[in-house]
Amino acid sequence: MEYLNIALPKGRLGEKVYAMFESAGFECPSIKEDNRKLTFENEEKGIRYFWVKPSDVAIYVERGAADIGVAGKDILLEYSPDVYELLDLDIGKCRVAVAAPAAFRDNPKRALKVATKFANIAKAHYTAKGREIDIIHLNGSIELAPILSLSDVIVDIVETGRTLKENGLEVVEDIVPISARLIANKASSKFKGEIIEIIKNGLAKEIK
Amino acid sequence: MNTERNMQSTTERVIYSLRDLYERYGYAQYKMNKFEEYDLYVRNKSFLLSDHIITFTDTDGKLMALKPDVTLSIVKSSNAKDGVKKVYYNENVYRVPKGAFSFKEIMQTGLECIGDIDSYSVVEVLTLAAKSLETVSNDFVLDVSDLGIISSLIDSMDVSKEGRERIIEAIGEKSVHSIDAICRELLVDRDKAQMLIELASFSGDAEEMLKILKGSDCYCEAEGFAEIMTLLSSVFGNKVRIDFSVIDDMRYYNGIVFKGFVKGIPTSVLSGGRYDGLMSRMGKSGGAIGFAVYLDLIDSLEDDGEEYDADVFVLYKKDNSLESIAKAVEVCITEGKRVQSGRSIPEGLRYKELIEL
Repeated sequence: MEYLNIALPKGRLGEKVYAMFESAGFECPSIKEDNRKLTFENEEKGIRYFWVKPSDVAIYVERGAADIGVAGKDILLEYSPDVYELLDLDIGKCRVAVAAPAAFRDNPKRALKVATKFANIAKAHYTAKGREIDIIHLNGSIELAPILSLSDVIVDIVETGRTLKENGLEVVEDIVPISARLIANKASSKFKGEIIEIIKNGLAKEIK
Repeated sequence: MNTERNMQSTTERVIYSLRDLYERYGYAQYKMNKFEEYDLYVRNKSFLLSDHIITFTDTDGKLMALKPDVTLSIVKSSNAKDGVKKVYYNENVYRVPKGAFSFKEIMQTGLECIGDIDSYSVVEVLTLAAKSLETVSNDFVLDVSDLGIISSLIDSMDVSKEGRERIIEAIGEKSVHSIDAICRELLVDRDKAQMLIELASFSGDAEEMLKILKGSDCYCEAEGFAEIMTLLSSVFGNKVRIDFSVIDDMRYYNGIVFKGFVKGIPTSVLSGGRYDGLMSRMGKSGGAIGFAVYLDLIDSLEDDGEEYDADVFVLYKKDNSLESIAKAVEVCITEGKRVQSGRSIPEGLRYKELIEL
């Protein structure tokens, strides 16, 4: 049987997303069992879920390993995958922002050193302002960079701002608001369009 | 001898069938040099699918490029004063595919119809696009849009260039929520915004499309598009669809644009459209429409290949006579089997039957 493959982002956001699928009528009880299985099927509904690293969801969907998936807008902006963005699920809300030590003052005489996971978003933001920057690509603990003078500022996800505050940083400017989006592979949308449309409409009703 | 064994790969079969198809419709094969002056691509960089080009300096000092694209070369050399020039090609191009980190040699086939083209030329090219997809797989979909309709609708909204680009990007992603948000932010008339939202998520026939566009400035254009789509639907049914999320660079493309999909391949395998914009940018008169089939993607439809590397392995010893070895091999071949032979069996070789001499 041909399943509709759904990639969910591992972690807290993914659990919230699964809850939305569940109350929209696409439940899969085995997903809650504590075992080492990697994929979870609901044969009757013809759907199969699997958990992947949040930043990999877009790749699974773009390459067709997953027909649909849920990814943060930050990932979609950073990697520009060739997919349809069908729905704003209005959860996992946060923003990508520029943050710096409280005493920071931009010195326009030299390039601004920016540490970030989101090189493309940062580049687009500063190019639009005409500011020359030096991007330092990091994969984690971005907050550490300005503390050790690796960078002047950071461009990162900000949810409550608590982590920043604990590290003596504050938001200098917001770049873009973020939330979780339902994305679909373009070819799958042609050949499995009906069930994708049903799921999309089901999820749309769950948005609060 | 067993001649039933199918030696053709899917890609080879498709290349052969497409060549036959295009020639039947009066398209002539266009053979070209692998190199082109780099300058041609610099002037039309945004027409290309990727920014990266392999360059080298020719013996006379000219900077040359390995072709990343075929259409530009065909347009450059076209000098159709009147009438229509119809050509097809089957060439290797060199570029970095999206998401890849290095150059690839990509085999591409396609056709161009250049010159005094009319609605029939458009119908013919769309028909050939659909038939090309059918050659690859019966499970195909050809999505067709008319950029003229989208363009005139956005023009009537009176938004900035940046706003226009954001709206177009959202249409390409079928992102209805983004279109809605952008239109609200840019204070676009609600009726027009609603019309655009309905088009972006549209799935229906030509008549339903006309209902949505009734009363709009582009209704006349939509009627022409509807006529073409109704005709194609009568031939290909629901496999040829109206889908306004097919968007291409409007500096080059205008009017009809389309993308083709086949089941089992996650991205579009065919892409094309009307590119009068490129013609005028290159100082040519007349219109042009064409498409390319990305043959490199088709090899993912290939089955997993044979279970065995050879049907028979003939294992012989040092003291076997030459004649006995040759005979043993020849007998198997006459029986239609694939044979390998040697004094020892290579590691990892998968064979069905072992003959020891």
